[in-house]
Amino acid sequence: MNETICAISTALGVGAISIIRISGEKSIEIVNSIFKGKDLTKVNSHTIHYGYIIYKNEIIDEVLISIMKGPKTFTTEDIVEINCHGGISTTNKILEILLTNGCKLAEPGEFTKRAFLNGRISLLEAESVSDLINSETEKSRTLSINGVTGNISNMIKNIKDKLLPISANIEVNIDYPEYEDAILLTNKLIKPVVEEVKQDLEKLLQESKNGKIIKNGIDVAIVGKPNVGKSSLLNAFLEEEKAIVTNIAGTTRDIVEGKYNLDGIILNLIDTAGIRETEDVVEKIGVNKSKEIIEKSDLVIFVLNYNESLTEEEINLIKELENKNMIVYINKNDLDKQIEVELINNKNIVYGNTKNISNLEELKNKIKEIFNLEQIDTKNMNYLSNSRQISLVNRAILALDNCLEQIENNVEIDLLAIDIKECYDLLSEIIGEAYNDELLDEIFANFCLGK
Amino acid sequence: MKYDVIVVGGGHAGCEASHAAAIMGKKTALVTANIKNIGDMPCNPSIGGTAKGIIVRDIDALGGLMGIVADKSHFQIKMLNNGKGPAVRSLRAQADKVTYPKIMLESLQNTKNLDIIEGMVEDLIVENNTIKGIVLEDNKKILCKALILTTGTYLRSKILIGDKNKLEGPHGERRSKYLSKKLKELGFDIIRLKTGTPQRIDKKTIDFSKLKEELGDNEYLTFNIENEVFYNIEEQEKCHLVYTTEKTHKIINDNLNKSAMYGGYAEGVGPRYCPSIEDKIVRFKDKERHQLFLEPESKYYDDIYIQGFSTSMPEEVQEQMVHSLPGLENAKILKYAYAIEYDAINPLQLKPSLETKVIDNLFTAGQINGTSGYEEAAGQGIVAGINAVRKIDNKKAFVLKRNESYIGVLIDDLITKGTKEPYRMLTSRAEFRLLLRHDNADLRLRKYGYEFGLISKEKYDKLIEKEENINKLINYLKDNKINKKNITPVILNVMNIDSIETGTNLYMFLKRPEISIDLLLKENIIPEIYDKEVYNQVEIFIKYEGYINKELKEVEKLLKLESKQIPNDIDYDKVHNLASEARQKLKNVMPTTMAQAARISGVNPSDLSILSIYLKKEYNKNE
Repeated sequence: MNETICAISTALGVGAISIIRISGEKSIEIVNSIFKGKDLTKVNSHTIHYGYIIYKNEIIDEVLISIMKGPKTFTTEDIVEINCHGGISTTNKILEILLTNGCKLAEPGEFTKRAFLNGRISLLEAESVSDLINSETEKSRTLSINGVTGNISNMIKNIKDKLLPISANIEVNIDYPEYEDAILLTNKLIKPVVEEVKQDLEKLLQESKNGKIIKNGIDVAIVGKPNVGKSSLLNAFLEEEKAIVTNIAGTTRDIVEGKYNLDGIILNLIDTAGIRETEDVVEKIGVNKSKEIIEKSDLVIFVLNYNESLTEEEINLIKELENKNMIVYINKNDLDKQIEVELINNKNIVYGNTKNISNLEELKNKIKEIFNLEQIDTKNMNYLSNSRQISLVNRAILALDNCLEQIENNVEIDLLAIDIKECYDLLSEIIGEAYNDELLDEIFANFCLGK
Repeated sequence: MKYDVIVVGGGHAGCEASHAAAIMGKKTALVTANIKNIGDMPCNPSIGGTAKGIIVRDIDALGGLMGIVADKSHFQIKMLNNGKGPAVRSLRAQADKVTYPKIMLESLQNTKNLDIIEGMVEDLIVENNTIKGIVLEDNKKILCKALILTTGTYLRSKILIGDKNKLEGPHGERRSKYLSKKLKELGFDIIRLKTGTPQRIDKKTIDFSKLKEELGDNEYLTFNIENEVFYNIEEQEKCHLVYTTEKTHKIINDNLNKSAMYGGYAEGVGPRYCPSIEDKIVRFKDKERHQLFLEPESKYYDDIYIQGFSTSMPEEVQEQMVHSLPGLENAKILKYAYAIEYDAINPLQLKPSLETKVIDNLFTAGQINGTSGYEEAAGQGIVAGINAVRKIDNKKAFVLKRNESYIGVLIDDLITKGTKEPYRMLTSRAEFRLLLRHDNADLRLRKYGYEFGLISKEKYDKLIEKEENINKLINYLKDNKINKKNITPVILNVMNIDSIETGTNLYMFLKRPEISIDLLLKENIIPEIYDKEVYNQVEIFIKYEGYINKELKEVEKLLKLESKQIPNDIDYDKVHNLASEARQKLKNVMPTTMAQAARISGVNPSDLSILSIYLKKEYNKNE
């Protein structure tokens, strides 16, 4: 049997009310044991009750309790929600009490996982809901909600509808070769349709890159030799009140040092170990790690000092990173100039001084400019927002590429039909119209089913 | 009297079923109401066609009769879709309606262990839900261990011409009155289907000078895999093409309410894929004309069949319709077109072996299962024959997979999706048609035929040799190069270049669109030491390797899903959150694997996830 799980389901420390959600067989019983008010085990489903959370005879908080009995709940299990006062310490205290009384802390996305496993929501909805839960800004929330309401589905359906007449026509040509009832398709006639669909998909993919930025933020690697002022730059960002959290443990990234909300887009700021040639084994690991981080990042901020000459390593590294989005941040511009700016082959040079926060504005503007953030419009978002969907679109495009190549090779239409069908099936999979057993297997590999 | 296997019905399903059972060593009886109608072709005078031709090849590969009998009896043969890829090429022969049944009857009469009995079956003997035998009209009982019903359109059949109807089967034969009632009593779900056939015209009254000729191919072609030829290319008969006219369409539109179908005189559901001419005109109003093919039925009599003109109009309207066609202004109609209604069983009540779920050891094949077409019937017939024998011998059922044969696709569709209209095979029904080619039927299926004793050791050895030669040739092509030294001016010319710099192996070289294996043979780049068929197979394999691999990858996915069994004791009411339509469909079909469940229309991906999760939770507990 599934354990009863609980978690704070509102953003901690934001807003006047926090909600703690509990799901599982024992949720009502557990909450009832710490609640002073009505006997919650005897109330009707889908009702709200006023009372107090009591622990060791002490009133912890004045609360409203929502009782929702399964199966008509999000997880299909019994769910209790505690509306408590929003302070971090009170909310955490109640959570602690629940944990001591037999609840288990929910893993990220576990409510959604249960909703899916209990057949309450489809895989596609699960994906969207989990995107929604994990979204950190209003922009990304809009994106996730669009995913749920099916804008993407409609768009993909429209693209599929362009392929369907071609497939159907090919089939008629094959099955009724001697009949003139359908026009005889030729490679020449198929080509423009395939090209059009490919363009649609490429556009979707391009827009989805923006979607990714909205949802996951921009990974920014701060790079530079040791003691150049990387940490000062990071701190300058984080000292601003918009900084959200520092040192988030347990995320998939190795060293997210901080997050910064840049007009609704999250910057994931990552400090890297100083990069320089070294023989020291321990330091080498750090350097390799840094290189990996740089590789994966969306943006590199290369920190240099105004009052120092460029080193050979710096010049080489700047050259190496030519193809990446990069801003060269020249720090300490209040000191005497030593740096050979003319050697830096990069148009995004920003001068500043991390001692003075206002200098960050120029840096922020540069970031907005590079990612075209002003142009990103969440209102009419039709973006694919997760990597599974994006990889399916990529595969669909590959199938069309193959089709176009074979059209040039004069391959027969019944074979082109294979590529077209592959593309069609992949698109169906994105919107949950095709069953993919592997996907489910993957979920089973990651989810521990209660046996 | 007692037999191992009794087959009721002498149509295309019955012929293959009884032949297979007898060859496999079982004492077999073929019971038919009229011996003269064995192997009869009551509708079109052709065997094969798109997809259907591949079924005939598959039957031949398994050791059945249809291919060789068609080879011996046709007067025209052609390869359809020759301009398209190898996957969709398919043979069609104009089989002589006199010769085909004659040769089929002879073949059956010469089959060891097989008795042919004339008689009308009116009752079934069932004990403990197991079939035990049949009762003939004269009350004679014949016992058996397994029974195969291949009753075609004869169950409660009704002939419809306009508002008139006759309670009889094709050719005015007596229909079976009581058998479908009996089946209903036993628990079968009886459905009513309809099909139709066009007019037959007196050849002497047609002005062929106005019509376009349709000729056979100029190359020797056979259904039989041994490539034994029984005809002369030069002596093939012609077919002709004719178009409907504006006048034809007006006549039909003006008389629509007199048609049995549109006048509301018919209750059966007809096939969308083989519509009547009134259907075509109503549904495709914008089409100015429809094609019709005039096909001779036999060398021995004058009937010409009008392919595409099937109708259930009254006789006087048919006269007008036929005379509105160019060249047929003075044509004499020898037989009027008619629609025929008949009873069939709901194929969802069948197992993949074609044994019924309702009565043990009772098998059904052909039109009784809701299909249309000689080839579809014969394909089921051979499978039912094989499985009746295997059931008696307590062996595992022989089930062809969707990636192995069109017959597998056919049976799986029937038992998974059921059918509301007569089911006709189409290439588009097969998802792996590049694997299910005309040319590789032997490579796909001969091994099974040999295993069951339907294919001789000699033929099997030939197959093994062919497989070996294919591998040898592929290795040769991989190991040898084309380069500056051996390339010839002809090849350079074909490639439109002056010279090649770097060599490449012949395997990769053959992938170039302009290079064929024929060219390499002619230019002596590769030795001519194998059968033509070996070169052909290797060329297809190399040229289409990318696409073949795509399909093989899909097959792999399918087989993985096929391996996920659904226990037959599953209670779908206990699977929470299934959509109600999906729950109902799953209960009806009772799929045996997740793959089969996935193919049921109305069972959506979310239902499949739920089912899959349920299976994991409920049945993997003890792992």
